[in-house]
Amino acid sequence: MEEKNRDIYYGEEFFKQGHLLCPGCSGGVIWRLITKVLGESSIGVTSASCLSLPAIMFPSSLKLPSLYVSFASASAAVSGVSAALHTMEKDGTLKERINLFVLAGDGGTADIGFASLSGAAERNEDVIYFCLDNEAYMNTGIQRSSQTPAGTWTTSTPLGKAELKKDMPLIMAAHGIPYVATASASYPDDLIAKIKKARDIGKGFKYIHIQAPCPTGWRFPENKTVEVGRLAVETGMWKLFETENGTKTKLTYKPESRRPVTDYLEAQGRFSRLEKKDIEIIQKDVDKECRKFRF
Amino acid sequence: MDAGKKMLTGNDAAAHGARLANVRVVPVYPITPQTTIIEKIIEFITEKEMDAEYIPIESEHSAMAAAIGAEATGIRTFTASSSQGIAYMHENLFVASGLRLPLVMVAVNRTMNPPIAGAPDHSDTLAQRDTGWLQIYVENAQEILDMVIQAYRIAEDKDVLLPVMICYEGMVISHFLEPVDIPAQKLIDGFLPCYNPDHVVLDTKRPMHVSVISDEFLTEYRYQQEEAMENSKRVIEEVDKEFKKVFGREYGGLLSGYMTEDAEVVLVGMGNTCNVARMTIYELRKQGIKAGFMKLRAFRPFPKEALEESLRSAELVIMLDRAVSSGYGGVVYPELAASLSNLTTKPYVLDYIIGLANKKITVPQLSSLVTSSLADYKNGTIINPIQWIGVEGL
Repeated sequence: MEEKNRDIYYGEEFFKQGHLLCPGCSGGVIWRLITKVLGESSIGVTSASCLSLPAIMFPSSLKLPSLYVSFASASAAVSGVSAALHTMEKDGTLKERINLFVLAGDGGTADIGFASLSGAAERNEDVIYFCLDNEAYMNTGIQRSSQTPAGTWTTSTPLGKAELKKDMPLIMAAHGIPYVATASASYPDDLIAKIKKARDIGKGFKYIHIQAPCPTGWRFPENKTVEVGRLAVETGMWKLFETENGTKTKLTYKPESRRPVTDYLEAQGRFSRLEKKDIEIIQKDVDKECRKFRF
Repeated sequence: MDAGKKMLTGNDAAAHGARLANVRVVPVYPITPQTTIIEKIIEFITEKEMDAEYIPIESEHSAMAAAIGAEATGIRTFTASSSQGIAYMHENLFVASGLRLPLVMVAVNRTMNPPIAGAPDHSDTLAQRDTGWLQIYVENAQEILDMVIQAYRIAEDKDVLLPVMICYEGMVISHFLEPVDIPAQKLIDGFLPCYNPDHVVLDTKRPMHVSVISDEFLTEYRYQQEEAMENSKRVIEEVDKEFKKVFGREYGGLLSGYMTEDAEVVLVGMGNTCNVARMTIYELRKQGIKAGFMKLRAFRPFPKEALEESLRSAELVIMLDRAVSSGYGGVVYPELAASLSNLTTKPYVLDYIIGLANKKITVPQLSSLVTSSLADYKNGTIINPIQWIGVEGL
């Protein structure tokens, strides 16, 4: 743990215990870090997702004001909140800077919520958007989403998903918004740095796509969450980078030597149907992707 | 901007209403025939005659979501739509009423597709019957402007706190020019105070979660919404009377009757059907038929007590329905018939399905229809009370 984030780790909690997430869910860590960095002058908007449940289950774990809206609507609703806050700023009735954020799952971001997300990014709404990506519809019982990687078992892809994961960070960067980043619950210092950057970079739409390992849906023991998240990054299957203004992309963490993808795949039951030839394809694909980032 | 008489379209009148009501956030997505409202509001904002945030949102579904977000932050918000756009909002209409947000939306009626038609009937708004919104049907530009003002008073009343939809026929009322009296801002400000919510608001000083899970209390929550709807009947009437005191105009609140007192046959209608219906009554009276017309202004809340009271002495009541619930008949007819069903001597209730996609009906046609229905009723020869009017080839 780096000494510099001591104030965050030991700072005031805005996300309390009793949150009803599954044992071993990475969402609790992510919620805690987001709310600790953004602080009490924050308003959140959520929509249907495992990770919105802690906010909307009474009594709520979230100690910040929040609005829960229909599945596709988080980015649209937050645009309305943003306009209302702007009105109050103009009137002088709101003096403080409010950190307005959305927290949505991968389905709520990349599938059903995609049109409203793209709309809000195109308008460059003054919002920090967190996509908590557990790579399937976990809240409804593990169905594939556009964020499920190829080859993955889910209840709706019993033979493994045929299609590739849709590249959301790239799509969001193509909107030319001030800040796009990927992160992982297993790299909290990196995540904290990115939340801080999104908070401090100025007005506009900020998008942070966080890989959120899910023991329930990914089929791994609940005490292996951090390890699985680390393996994703150490094998190059999940890369930690950031893009400013849609152009400058840089890795924020580079593994010293990349481990073979089998280390990541074999740690999870959801990839158990993959054959040797499938794994070879995935390895080649990851090698190609990593070359773009020069590692 | 100067107050006084001006020639305005219905949509212009709606935009003036939003401006005068000090609306601050306007998320809206274009659809014919609603678009000229947006154009007018953007003109007001550009010319600094209105201090509001316009959100050029990417869909109607999102327009309602953004309206929910803004209103939940405690800021007065307005939106408008038509037809498929209103249908696209459907899910979020429940959210707006469920969160008890006093939004106002102008619904410029246009028939639901297919076949693709630009002309109006009530199929779009009546399909939103169960979303928990108040629905008020108006018939001219002045009533539109006045009703936008009244609607915020009604919606924001502490005994109501529900969203209001103001409905009028597109292409016809929305685009025709009429003389409209634009009230002075000072008078409006006195009539319509600022919106200061204490039930639902996103505020960092008093954090609350707007929407929580509760299977346990859902029934009680719905019951409270129903109580609010019931309260709105009184509030609609009171606000209309108070509006008259300040502005000299009133619309009757829930209902507005024309020669109904001694009428043996009463037509019931909404929106721009009212004009042709009243002219028909005038003609029928000349022929010695005791006919009357009842304008149904509020469809939600449905004024069943007021209808029972005002139609109890009629013999025949005819609903002029401009939307069909396929598999039954007109949409409003069953509610009207049910409202009168507990009377000991009750009028016979007929349903005319009429004016779909603005299918034309003239005064002579309507008066001869009413005359023959009255004769059929007296002879006991009505076979089917639900009658499709003017169907070619039937």
